[in-house]
Amino acid sequence: MLTKRIIPCLDIKNGRTVKGVNFVGLRDAGDPVELADRYSKEGADELVFLDITATKERRKTLVEMVEKVARKVNIPFTVGGGISSIEDVNILLRAGADKISINSSAVKNPQLINDLANKFGSQCVVLAVDAKLIEGVWKVFLVGGRVETELNLFDWVKEGVERGAGEILFTSMNNDGTKNGFANDALRKLSKIVNVPIIASGGAGTVQHFIDTFKDGKSDAALAASVFHFKEIEIVDLKTELAKQGIKVRM
Amino acid sequence: MKIVIIDYGAGNVKSVQFALERLGYEAICSSDATVIKSADKVIFPGVGEAKSAMEEIKKFGLDKVIPKLKQPVLGVCLGMQLMCRFSEENNTECLNIFPLDVLKFDEQNKVPQIGWNVINNLKGDLFEGIKEDEYVYYVHSYYIPKNDFAIAMTDYGIQYSGAIQKDNFYACQFHPEKSSSVGEQILRNFINLS
Repeated sequence: MLTKRIIPCLDIKNGRTVKGVNFVGLRDAGDPVELADRYSKEGADELVFLDITATKERRKTLVEMVEKVARKVNIPFTVGGGISSIEDVNILLRAGADKISINSSAVKNPQLINDLANKFGSQCVVLAVDAKLIEGVWKVFLVGGRVETELNLFDWVKEGVERGAGEILFTSMNNDGTKNGFANDALRKLSKIVNVPIIASGGAGTVQHFIDTFKDGKSDAALAASVFHFKEIEIVDLKTELAKQGIKVRM
Repeated sequence: MKIVIIDYGAGNVKSVQFALERLGYEAICSSDATVIKSADKVIFPGVGEAKSAMEEIKKFGLDKVIPKLKQPVLGVCLGMQLMCRFSEENNTECLNIFPLDVLKFDEQNKVPQIGWNVINNLKGDLFEGIKEDEYVYYVHSYYIPKNDFAIAMTDYGIQYSGAIQKDNFYACQFHPEKSSSVGEQILRNFINLS
């Protein structure tokens, strides 16, 4: 039986891991390759790297990092941030990334999802969506949560999957950085409307939050950053507790 | 030991190369028939879509080369599927090394299957030292049903072939290069095949 996945997320800026609260106020959280290696040894099932570097050297730095990570770790990883073309994806996959995630570029050019799925297969195309619940409506935001769109989360995710996205990484901006738990109502609804794996992101603070998102939110995977980076939750303890609760995990 | 990873532009060649490097083996990535034929071990990886991958393979003339290889060959993920007769993915005619068809998962479970699942009913040298029900990493929407060539089985709503073997041709649907220490042992076993 397929297990639920625990995914540490590393936000990357200029080759370093950083962590902010509600998308702002960045703190340094270490060397991404070292962190990735640590997590893989501690039992992480997968890793996600989101590059938020905004310089011209961005792509070169990212590809170098991807190659270093691929050399070092023996578990799969996804790379996202600023990916907007087939060529971007080709370079990253060939450097050793297993999957890529697209976000703003897919909203601006939805055809990109089709193109990437046709060229590389749906299984390596992750559609990342940042959304915020505003007056009862989940609205999609872009550019790391800075730009509001008119898109509704559920409509967009449905369209993204129809176009070929193989997995959804949903970050609730209401929950992100709060450590108050994942947005399980929205997650559960996502699982109902599309038939691809859903990664829950934003709000992890305690072990109970992971239990809740797997049981109540029907999530296939849970992603978190600071609770792992700052060792508030050890992955092995988390997985032991999940197993005790009857949630299938890789031990 | 000369290990060649077939590089036809649609594979995760680096991941496999790095995994072998971690085990202490150098591997060459090549699309050259002469280089591939001269290898002691050949790895045929794959990430992507069947039809365009087959087109790339034909472009390099490798559709005539791969089925005739005599040394141990390991197909991985899409590489495994391309070693079969036919894939439902864009109705693609494949290399026909295994007389098997590749089907799409039906929608009773989420598709693609992404993540760690167990392998069991293990048979043969490839799984030497691997216990039943160890976890390996899968990412795929298409699968090969249970058949006489199966050397490992996995359950995703249905029982399907996690790995298959026919003579010198070995293939696994999961990614050994991404399957932690279990995957490393499987790769080591492949390299040690005589």
